[in-house]
Amino acid sequence: MSMFAVATAGIIAAMTLALVRAFAGPSLYDRVLAGNSFGTKTVILIGLMGFLTGRPDFLDIALLYALINFAATIAILRFFSYRQSSKTRAKPMSEGEA
Amino acid sequence: MSAFEVELTPIVFLDLSLLTMLILVAFAMLRSRHLFAVVMLSGIYSLLSAAFFVSLDAVDVAFTEAAVGAGVSTVLMLAGMLLTARREKPKTPGRAPVALAVVFVTGAALAYATIDMPAFGDPDAPANSYVGQQYVDETPNDIAVPNIVTAVLASYRGFDTMGETMVIFTAGVAVMLLLGLGSARGGREVSDAEPEDGEAK
Repeated sequence: MSMFAVATAGIIAAMTLALVRAFAGPSLYDRVLAGNSFGTKTVILIGLMGFLTGRPDFLDIALLYALINFAATIAILRFFSYRQSSKTRAKPMSEGEA
Repeated sequence: MSAFEVELTPIVFLDLSLLTMLILVAFAMLRSRHLFAVVMLSGIYSLLSAAFFVSLDAVDVAFTEAAVGAGVSTVLMLAGMLLTARREKPKTPGRAPVALAVVFVTGAALAYATIDMPAFGDPDAPANSYVGQQYVDETPNDIAVPNIVTAVLASYRGFDTMGETMVIFTAGVAVMLLLGLGSARGGREVSDAEPEDGEAK
């Protein structure tokens, strides 16, 4: 019990650090990475919360969060690759259509 | 033990730090003019509130919040951001007092409404006095899942949930059509000229 509490405090501290990076992070990728690692910390926190209350029934839900977090990060990064490629590809595309 | 006496367990500290982070993220979202940062922070806000919902034992709400708030709406807001500017325009001063007054009046009304709510865990509360006890009694026999809300949503009200899923799917398709994700990907140019194949754009 008490070790779970210590681990939870550590995770909270790590979440705060990720939050600081998300607030301050000058570049776009700092914020993407902060969001992704914050999601991972949330997954661990939900697992720890189950053990802290003595009912680790929600571990599978925490696993599903990990999947969602991964998919969301991939979606965001794909978006930005699309954004850049649409910029570089914009001219030949419109010429080809017109 | 009175209603406002709080036992200082690790869970209470966890809740307090989650709520503190929620407030910090909300203020950071308000202050930032960089729209991408706001989108990422809103994803973080959803994850935080999902963790807080798990702490409140509302696992289904937490799951919806994580899937919709942190997953889908982040991508949708990024798609919307691609159609507009990347930085928010500076606000025009003068409309702020009215908005602030509306927010304060609404908040005060909501806080006033909580006075009429039954105490937490009150056995005579409406949520505990009608059909709820029956679900609590029969779920372990009918559907052997540990979470009763999940049993209600997925089995007792399965058809209702299926209808909701259809509604949300339809809304999602409509939003995708409105945002035009194809044009954001550079695959299709949207223009007002010559609708040649006669189909609606």
